[in-house]
This record gives sequence, C-alpha cells and structure tokens, in this order.
Amino acid sequence: MPNPEPEMPTVQPETPEEKAARKKENRQNFWYSVRDNTPLLLFVIPGAIWMIFFFYIPVFANVVAFKDFQFDPNGFVASLARSPWVGFKNFEFLFSSNAAWVITRNTVLYNLGFISLNLIISVFFAVVMSQLRNRRLTKVYQTSMLLPYFLSWVIISYFVYAFLSPNQGLLNSMITGNGGKAISWYNAPQFWPFILLFVGTWKGIGYNSILYFASAMSIDPTLFEAAEIDGANKWQQIKNVTLPALVPLMTLMTILAIGNIFRADFGLFYQVPQNSGSLYNVTSVLDTYIYNGLTATGDIGMSSAAALYQSLVGFILLMTSNFIVRRVDPESALF
Amino acid sequence: MWRKKEISTVEIRSFGPGANLCFNILVALFAISCLLPLIFIIVISFSSEHALVTNGYQFWPSQWSTAGYEYLSHMSGKLLNALGVTLLVTVLGTAINATFTATYAYSISRSSFRYRRFFTLFCLITMLFTPGMVANYIVMTNLLQLKDTLWALILPMAVSPFNIIVMRTFFKRQVNESIIEAARIDGASEMRIFCQIVLPLAVPGIATISLFAALGYWNDWFNALLYIQNTRLVPLQYLLMQIQSNIQMLSQNATQGAQYATGLSNIPKEATQMAMVVISVAPIALSYPFFQKYFVRGLTIGGVKE
Repeated sequence: MPNPEPEMPTVQPETPEEKAARKKENRQNFWYSVRDNTPLLLFVIPGAIWMIFFFYIPVFANVVAFKDFQFDPNGFVASLARSPWVGFKNFEFLFSSNAAWVITRNTVLYNLGFISLNLIISVFFAVVMSQLRNRRLTKVYQTSMLLPYFLSWVIISYFVYAFLSPNQGLLNSMITGNGGKAISWYNAPQFWPFILLFVGTWKGIGYNSILYFASAMSIDPTLFEAAEIDGANKWQQIKNVTLPALVPLMTLMTILAIGNIFRADFGLFYQVPQNSGSLYNVTSVLDTYIYNGLTATGDIGMSSAAALYQSLVGFILLMTSNFIVRRVDPESALF
Repeated sequence: MWRKKEISTVEIRSFGPGANLCFNILVALFAISCLLPLIFIIVISFSSEHALVTNGYQFWPSQWSTAGYEYLSHMSGKLLNALGVTLLVTVLGTAINATFTATYAYSISRSSFRYRRFFTLFCLITMLFTPGMVANYIVMTNLLQLKDTLWALILPMAVSPFNIIVMRTFFKRQVNESIIEAARIDGASEMRIFCQIVLPLAVPGIATISLFAALGYWNDWFNALLYIQNTRLVPLQYLLMQIQSNIQMLSQNATQGAQYATGLSNIPKEATQMAMVVISVAPIALSYPFFQKYFVRGLTIGGVKE
C-alpha cells in the first residue's frame, strides 16, 4: 500500500478576535469544569483549607527567623509587618552559641543510635518470631510488645520514674539494699544517653518488628522447602532466604529514617528526663531547644531560627534520601 | 528400610525443638519487659502510702491499700473534667479527622476529578517540609486566635497528609471505577455514591485511620502544653504531666479532698498519681488487643505509590 504523503498542517496566525474568543471560551470552560467537578471539589475543600492554615501560611510565617518578632495587638499581619528586619542576626546568635553544636550533635547521634538499634533488634525479633512453632504464643508476644507503642510519653515517663525516682525508685532501693549509695538519676547526665536510647528503642520495637514480621511471613514457603531439600540448616535458611527477602524493607526504613535524622521525638527528650536542667547537655535536642526558647526564655527570634535550620536541613535530607530510594527501589520511593 | 522423612509446613518454617524453646524464652522475656512497667504502676497504685514512703516502690508492697483510688474519687471534679475534655476532643477530633481525610483522599483518587493532580501535589508538598513549631505557634495564637480553646486541641491534628496519600491508594485499589460509573449512569449523585457505595467498601481503611487518629488524640499532651492555660480545658494526659512536675497540685485542686484529709501529709500522693496513670492507660490497654489487627493492617494498607 502506498504511504500517502502526510499533509503539512497549515498554521494561520490568530486574529485578535479569534484570540479573544478563545480566551472567553477557556474562561467558560474553566467555570464549566468547576461546575462539573463541584461535588468532588467540595470534598477536597476542608482538607485544603486545613493545609493552608496549618502548612502554607506557617511556612511563610517562617520569615520571623529574619525578624525581631514582636506580637502586635492588631493581629497576625501587623505582627509580621511591624517586626523589624534583622537579617541573619538570629542565626548568628544561634550558631555563635555552643547550643547549636550541642543540640545538632545530640539530635543526630541519638537518631543514629535509634536507627541502628531499631534495625538490628526488630529484624532479629521478626525473624525469630516468624520461626517459632506456636503461632498463638507468637500472637501473644506481639500483642504485649505493642503495648508501649500505644502509650503516650507522659505515661512512659511515669514508668521510668517508678524505676529511677531518687527516693522511692526501684533501682535506688536495689542499690541501697546491696549497700551502695543512692544515685540522683535526674541529675546524673552520664547515664542518660543509655536510658534514652533504651527507652526510645523499647517503645518502638513492637511496631517495627511486626512490620518486618509481616514481610517475613509473606516469603514464598517453597523457597524454604527448596532450601530444606538442598540440605540447608536453619541458620543457612535464615541467612540465605529470610534476610535477603527483608533487605528491601530494611533499606527503605533506614533511608527514610535518615531523611528524618534532624527531627527528634519531642516527648522522649522532654518528658522522660522531666525537662531536668542539669541534664540539658545530653538531653537537649533541636525540638526541645526550640520549645524551651519559645516558652521559657521567650526568645522567638532564636528559636524560629533554630526551627528554620531544622526544617531546611530536614528538607534537604529528605529529598536526598528519597532520591537514593528512587535509585535503589523506585516502587518504595515516597514520591 | 529407608523411610521418607515427613515434612510439614510447620516443620519447614520453624526452629527445631531446642532452638524453639531458647528463642521462646528470649522473646517472652522481652514481651514481659513491655508489660512489666504497667504492672508495676498498678501495684504501686494499690500500695499503702506508708509502705511507699518507708520502702519505696516495690513489686510486692508490705501493705496493700485502695486509698489512692478513694482519694481520686474525692478529687473527682478535676479528674472528671479532664476525662471529659479528653473524651470530647478524641471523639470530635477522630470524626473530623476521618471525614476530612477520607473525602480528600477519595476526591484525588477519582480519575474523573479534573483537579486531582493539583490537589495531590498540594497535599504531597506538605509532607516535604515542616513549618516548625514556632511558625505554627504564631499562626495558631496570633492569626487564628485559638489559644485556650478546645479547637487548639483538635485542629492541629485534624488532617493527616500522610494518611490522605495512604487512603488514596486504598480507594484506588478497593473501589473500582466501573462501579462508580454504573452508579452515575443510574443517576446517583456524588454524595450518594460516596456514602452508599464507596464508604462501605472502604470500611477497613477508614477504621484504621480512625483508630490511629483516636489514639493520637487520646495520647496528646503536646498541644495542651503549647496552647492551654485554662484549667477547665486541661486534658487527661496534660493533667498527669502537671501532677508529675508538681505533686502538690493533687492537694491544691481537690476541694472536697482537703476536708477529707485532715492534713496534707495524709493524702496518699504517690498512690493517687499512679492511680491516675492507671485510669488513663486502662482504655488503651484494655481495647488495643481487639483493634490490633486494624493497626497491623494499617501498616500494610497501601504502599504510598500507586
């Protein structure tokens, strides 16, 4: 069959009348489409309004980091507009103090600790639980391990207090019972890195291990059969079948956690040490520093500078980690 | 004679008997460590003040007593008020959260919705960046003027962008576009389609996000810490927090309790505060085993991507 020559489309310049007509049509089309989509638009509106007030406006309110912020009685816009610009002064104050270094170090190091402990321990429990013979018992274990995950940090801090209270705590009565000297736990910074790492990990293990457990249980059982027939023992099966199947989830969880490495769990670092001033050197993280700056010292400029610093670095880390996830496993990328 | 070794699925997936026992003990120990602190607190709440003061907190106190709970019933005004605030905030907040999240997610899951790309992006952007505590605080107090209102406890958690994205995937997977199309041809309005066709199909997903929302509201103390000064609006968790930092509050705030106790020293402070902890944990500890499957399903409910 002969291939007909494709006809060149003839482009004619648009006359002004045509342009106006097209614009009018577009405008009409817009309103038609709004009308056609009205019910679904109405469904979106409450959520969208929430996002405007709790995300988009606050994001722009971050300019206070560059201002000497004063509350103005005439409202929000007046407060923002009338506060004088100070440039990078708030940041200079923040970074010239020792605090910026301490809180950054604490936030990052604690999070690194949580990431590695969480990974090792929850994968361990998940693998072990997936191999236990009694399914009902496994269920009971999982239910009890989830309990701390569902409790608030206020409750957890009472739990910790029951053990660490200087006068009545269980640990101190055990120490003094054995002839030791009671320790004033809430004034002894050397113990707190371990306490915080322990409590933070302990609270999240149940949740994380169930996540890995679900993944381990979805492994095709024929793989284990094949390994068994090939004479692999249990450890070899775990090493060569179970763990490799968990690697994608492990990678994803770790990379996402690294994206959040600049965000600390406020409750853990504020409630559990009971905001004790003598522990600040080891318990102060970005979030508690910002909170204390906002409320106790009332230094809005400095804490907003710290907040913006946290958000910006967090954003960069999140984008980077997502970029890496997309390279490693496009399916699990956040966007 | 050579016999075939019988292999069952249980055999294949499981440890040998010896290893099974060892690992059972290990996991059981950790599982117990998760329950132990709560049991400890319950024991303390039933200990007599005398035993607590002389021997400290113990797993087996020298003297049992229900004085802590009795005293709580005397300061019930304060406690009931906090409980009421928490219940109201939890119920109202969960309803708002589930409704807003579900409707938003449903709209952007519909391929016939013309602006779905815009609103998906509008939601995704909020997950990339955190406005920060200070900016949120300024907007809440200065622009919205919500300081010291119940809304300050409800609105900050009223929508969860992450749940929206999860639910969008859930709707796409669970609700077939052709069912919606059929309903439309039969003349059903969008509202009717959503309520009578989509919602029944999405019950598991909505149950999961509601449970997470309810848990978040029940456990929230952070918004109260930032925005609440009025004592009538203090939720349970924040009340516990205040008592922890200032145990004298127990006696200050119990009007009838002061008459009941002849002197401040007679108030069973330790037992009372632990009794309050028990009361605030009880609803969660008693109910979560039954909801657990929804929570666990929530973990795998929908990959974020389509």
